[in-house]
Amino acid sequence: MLRATLLVIAFCLALPAQMATAQDSPLQTLLQSQAGEVAKPGRRSVGVVIDALVAETPEGTALFLERWQNKGVFLNENDGLFYYAQKSGDGYELFDIATDAPVGTATKDELTEIRPNGGVRRVIGGALVQFQLSDPDKERRTAALDAILRSPDASQIDPLRASTEGEPDNALRALKERLANLLTARFGASTDDRITAINALSGTMDVDSRAALNQILTKSAAVAPELPQDANIARVLTVGEDISQQDAYAQLVDAGIAPERQTADTIKARLSDNIVDGRVGGIPVGQLSSEENREKAYAALAQAGTVPPLVTDETIQTAINEHAFFETYAESDAAITTAAETALSEVESRVARNQIFDVSLDAISLASIYFLAAIGLAITFGVMGVINMAHGEFIMMGAYTGYVVQQIIPDYTLSLVVALPLAFAVTFAAGVAMERLVIRWLYHRPLETLLATFGISIALQQLAKNIFGTQARPLTSPGWLDGAWVINDVVQIANIRIAIFVLALIFLGLILFVLNKTRLGLEVRAVTQNPGMAASMGINPDRINMLTFGLGSGIAGIAGVAIGLYAKVTSEMGADYIVQSFMTVVVGGVGNVWGTLAGATLIGGLQKGIEWFNPSNTLAAQTYMILFIILFIQFRPRGVVALKGRAAGD
Amino acid sequence: MKMTKTLKLAGVAASALIAGASGAFAQDASCPIKVGVLHSLSGTMAISETTLKDTMEMLVEQQNAKGGVLGCELEAVVVDPASDWPLFAEKARELLTVHDVDVIFGNWTSVSRKSVLPVIEELNGLLFYPVQYEGEESSKNVFYTGAAPNQQAIPATDYFLEELGVEKFALLGTDYVYPRTTNNILESYLKSKGIAEEDIFVNYTPFGHSDWATIVADVVALGADGKQVGVISTINGDANIGFYKELAAAGVSADDIPVVAFSVGEEELSGLDTSNLVGHLAAWNYFQSAEGEANAEFIKTWKARMGDERVTNDPMEAHYIGFNMWVNAVTDAGTTDVDAVRTAMYGQEFPNLTGGTATMLPNHHLSKPVLIGEIREDGQFDIISQTAEVPGDAWTDFLPESAVLKSDWKDLGCGMYNTETSTCVQIKSNY
Amino acid sequence: MKRKSFVAENPSILWFLAALALFTIFVTAMSEAAGIGVVSTSFIKTLGKTLCLCLIAVAMDIVWGYCGILSLGHFAFFGLGGYAIGMWLMYARTEIIVTESLSAAAIPPTPEEIHDAVATQIFGVVGTNEFPLIWAFADSLFMQLAFVILVPGLLALVFGWLAFRSRVTGVYLSILTQAMTLALSLYLFQNDSGLRGNNGLSGLQNIPYLGDVPQSMISIAFFWASAVALGLGYVLCAYVVSGKMGSVIRGIRDNESRVRFLGYHVESYKLFVFTLTAVIAAIAGALYYPQAGIINPAEIAPIASIYLAVWVAIGGRGRLYGAVIGAAFVSLLSSWFTGGGAPSIPLGFYTIQWTDWWLVLLGLSFVAVTLLAPQGIGGLFDLIGKKSKSEGAK
Repeated sequence: MLRATLLVIAFCLALPAQMATAQDSPLQTLLQSQAGEVAKPGRRSVGVVIDALVAETPEGTALFLERWQNKGVFLNENDGLFYYAQKSGDGYELFDIATDAPVGTATKDELTEIRPNGGVRRVIGGALVQFQLSDPDKERRTAALDAILRSPDASQIDPLRASTEGEPDNALRALKERLANLLTARFGASTDDRITAINALSGTMDVDSRAALNQILTKSAAVAPELPQDANIARVLTVGEDISQQDAYAQLVDAGIAPERQTADTIKARLSDNIVDGRVGGIPVGQLSSEENREKAYAALAQAGTVPPLVTDETIQTAINEHAFFETYAESDAAITTAAETALSEVESRVARNQIFDVSLDAISLASIYFLAAIGLAITFGVMGVINMAHGEFIMMGAYTGYVVQQIIPDYTLSLVVALPLAFAVTFAAGVAMERLVIRWLYHRPLETLLATFGISIALQQLAKNIFGTQARPLTSPGWLDGAWVINDVVQIANIRIAIFVLALIFLGLILFVLNKTRLGLEVRAVTQNPGMAASMGINPDRINMLTFGLGSGIAGIAGVAIGLYAKVTSEMGADYIVQSFMTVVVGGVGNVWGTLAGATLIGGLQKGIEWFNPSNTLAAQTYMILFIILFIQFRPRGVVALKGRAAGD
Repeated sequence: MKMTKTLKLAGVAASALIAGASGAFAQDASCPIKVGVLHSLSGTMAISETTLKDTMEMLVEQQNAKGGVLGCELEAVVVDPASDWPLFAEKARELLTVHDVDVIFGNWTSVSRKSVLPVIEELNGLLFYPVQYEGEESSKNVFYTGAAPNQQAIPATDYFLEELGVEKFALLGTDYVYPRTTNNILESYLKSKGIAEEDIFVNYTPFGHSDWATIVADVVALGADGKQVGVISTINGDANIGFYKELAAAGVSADDIPVVAFSVGEEELSGLDTSNLVGHLAAWNYFQSAEGEANAEFIKTWKARMGDERVTNDPMEAHYIGFNMWVNAVTDAGTTDVDAVRTAMYGQEFPNLTGGTATMLPNHHLSKPVLIGEIREDGQFDIISQTAEVPGDAWTDFLPESAVLKSDWKDLGCGMYNTETSTCVQIKSNY
Repeated sequence: MKRKSFVAENPSILWFLAALALFTIFVTAMSEAAGIGVVSTSFIKTLGKTLCLCLIAVAMDIVWGYCGILSLGHFAFFGLGGYAIGMWLMYARTEIIVTESLSAAAIPPTPEEIHDAVATQIFGVVGTNEFPLIWAFADSLFMQLAFVILVPGLLALVFGWLAFRSRVTGVYLSILTQAMTLALSLYLFQNDSGLRGNNGLSGLQNIPYLGDVPQSMISIAFFWASAVALGLGYVLCAYVVSGKMGSVIRGIRDNESRVRFLGYHVESYKLFVFTLTAVIAAIAGALYYPQAGIINPAEIAPIASIYLAVWVAIGGRGRLYGAVIGAAFVSLLSSWFTGGGAPSIPLGFYTIQWTDWWLVLLGLSFVAVTLLAPQGIGGLFDLIGKKSKSEGAK
């Protein structure tokens, strides 16, 4: 530490010309008076600085607030002044905070970056609103509106209204109008204004409008001997129906009206406090190992007045009967709360309808992921009857191919364009190699393919670990796949999921085309149904099997790239999908691409459906889904889309 | 013919027997001093734990370069419990009885620690556990160098309440003991801070969960009553990748809904593109971005050894402190005997990599500063809050059953001391 | 037709039992408990656990090697057995600790207090302090022992009845059994499952009421118990697959329809075999987990059951000793390689660390065994047998 300080001093001495010139602008002076708070601001305490700044508004305030918010302000330890700084070479170039003019340089060690936390940034944002609402820069105006959304305030109504007139951007003007309406609903001056604003909100669905309505309808529970006449009562609670007896009594206790009920622990503590000669209330300590005797002992103590009397069920019941339990609105005007209740119920029923739609979209997305993961398997397992436990590892190989390509080609879009066919090629080759080396010897022993491919699966998994390490690897989607398609305020879906859905559709089409419309497909179906006959018709079953297997594996590779993009790339990612994929194929019906589609839809939909009913436990959803599949297979052992006749044989 | 069959069978058994037993002969040498490393090198936890094995090997090498301990070379004995919890117990027994190690550095998950506990206590071993955990445990034979809930979860929650003004909490976690217990503690802590029960949303997902769309939508919808929403994430391991990707896709910025994570560090962030996550938070006792000479030196050695793209993280620092404290305690005690070293450990001080000094408390926890960092574009953290040293608390003050408990192995000789009744509830830890 | 006693029919049983007895006595004599200590306690535990694995492998061999049902779910039964006994072990151990600590208080505890304190101790880690319903009999060793057999037996019976009734066969059945074990493990992974979620039941090696007995003795006791169980299980299985019943079972494996056309009720035979082996697996599990010390849902993940199939395949299907050899050989070799026991091989440009490469080797050896030696290691004995005696082993 000492050495560092010495170095700094030496540096300063050596380069006096480089030293920042002292600033004595009003802004700097004001900040210096609160230097500690500026350097280490806290959400609750920063208000002092901001109020002072806003009140005086010295030159450069707006820019300072903005830079401060974005971690652009630095404290120079040499002179204790605040600067803006920009990295140049090894050091930093300094700028005056009032004029933004260059004033010298400093080393990294001399400067401390000031990092206001998220809460402080929000406060600064609020202060910035007045400077930014009519700023020529659109981004600043948007930031101002965001700030209002994050911390709505009565004082913002007028400036917002005033800036709406001159707003050149249509979208922003609409936003400003919406915001003004939101603010009026909550903070409007007259009841009529507010009710009009509230009624306008009933047609919306966004979180902010719901927030405004809910804020207007803030309720609090209360208890009183009788219902008060002057309060704006939301509802009266019936004990036993709307509120449990226990909660009602707890409310009485909280209000200081009734004594707290003794718990088993407090009774025990009182008893052990009052042991006299090995007896409590005349009962020997040794006999206190039953609830009954403890109550007797406590009753004896209460009789003697050493402890407060026991609160029994009857005393509780009487206390509750003597009081009314109700909820009151914080808003005293009943007309407003009624309007808000009506608006909110309208909004909520619309939200609920849209949520169902949103969950359906999620279900379709999940189904398309399952479908993509399983479709390769549908070919190898479904059409050829080969159980390929290494299918998951082909998915993983595809994902790693994507990762490697991204390391070589830094452009995300281009790398994706290269990665998709390359992943297909790599896994196609791996599939063909596996078919040639292992699987073709086992066509007559289906159960043993399971074992052999399982061996390959763990070998490949470990191999991936040895090559790529155990950490998850990044596979980043190109910018145009970021973000989501926002249909309305409730329904939206990530672009990457849409892309996966489209990819799944393309593969569905492609596979249907290959199997039904091409020579290869004809031959595949021929070999699947009767290899001997197919061979005598001049088809080479070896070649067909090899190609089919390669095709199935190749698709798994492409699925790997897609899955890697939306989730993660690890050596174990394949294992996450293998059982799911098998079940998709089996539930859908083996030997049929449509079956796989049906299976994926069923499983994806079901999982989302269960999740929706029980949102806090995703694990349960998976368990119930598997149970359902087990039962389903009992009743439709051949799956949703069952093949009939010869082709259905094992 | 049948004879050969049986003979073969016996042969297999015998050769296996010899293979397993051969280790048992090499014993009783006081030099070299053996340091057991019990981290999974394969299986699901290898992702996190391999780094710690490498850290231990680096620390042992460094110490040997300095001349070892007590004039002896140190030797790292590495075993692989393969993320298999029963295997942890087996390997711990093997380390202690077959390899005769003097100390074990290991474990990551709580369940693996619970698996090892009975063995360590039975054989009176010494374990240094480097990962933040849920507390509610105190073993005579374990030093917890990671954070207890009051050294990570509680300060982070305070930060949410105080600095970010969060009024509604989503506690998202992977379904296992650390998130469950931490969330229980947090729930009762939040209630004590006046947050209503309906303003706390809890969700658990399986390990490696990847389908986050619905959950993220649920969290966003929490804002519908106009309260500031914050997410406290105890999501473990690579499930985080999907979670953050979905957050980014849904356009949730840290300014709208801040997320503070207790299990996401530099290592986890290296697996994803962080440009969309800027501003989200993590709470740890260490960040690689901490400024200081010791940290710069540590990072330099680590990168020189493992490669430039590798990062350092909190459990690594925990091992760094734990290992150095152990070395000092052994030097002070003049022996590697477990009880002597244990006694010498109390009050050991060692400088943190983030500045300040870590002290070993009689409850086998460290006092360490708590840091809160914001994610930067480069996958590192901006430290925006750093507390003074916080003493680790084995039993939380925010659960009624635990509030009365206290751990003090130095004076009370008890890890589960009931301060109300002034009795030792039990000497062995609960597992 | 009068037939010979089945033991006389299968003299290999006697050889197996003799070898097992010799092995057990030899290990015991060399153990720490006997004062010699050549074989460490941790290795005794490994051997004891290996014997349990051999037992479930024998069960697997019956259901797969003899009856042709490739079940990928038998580890679920194994785990359920472990859970059933683990509940009692945990309850009884905790109850002793709790009673002791509560008796120090000024006022003697009520039975409810003890019960609640036990619950808090056991379920504290998962954030509750109440006993779930399934723990109703956890205080009774007898009931829990009964559950070891009843719960997995019943599950196998119901599952098997549903599956066989609707004629689910072949790979479908394999995947269905796999789904069953996946569902069970996912269910148990939930904290609210009542079995401590991902934590599972731990500290099972500390047997209640035997707190003063050193682990070296306990491990020997369990080692013996496992050996006896394996011996009995082996004889039972050998009995089942001998005689007419054995022929029917093998017939089902080779051609199910033909056996059905011959008038046998195939489903009943399959159901019997499936349930019996599930019970054997459960008993093996109940002996295994007190030696392992902890049971948690990861134990019954689908991968475990696949490994089981692999052991049997490597050991050699359709011969009981093959299953035993496979389970013992692969599991011991696995623990040797992953334990860092195997020396690294420096190749100059690269050093092969076995902890990194063992799984690759294991995986490839499955492939090799399936392709080149479908009879497994057991097949070697057949070869030797055929060479030394012209009439052959079969």
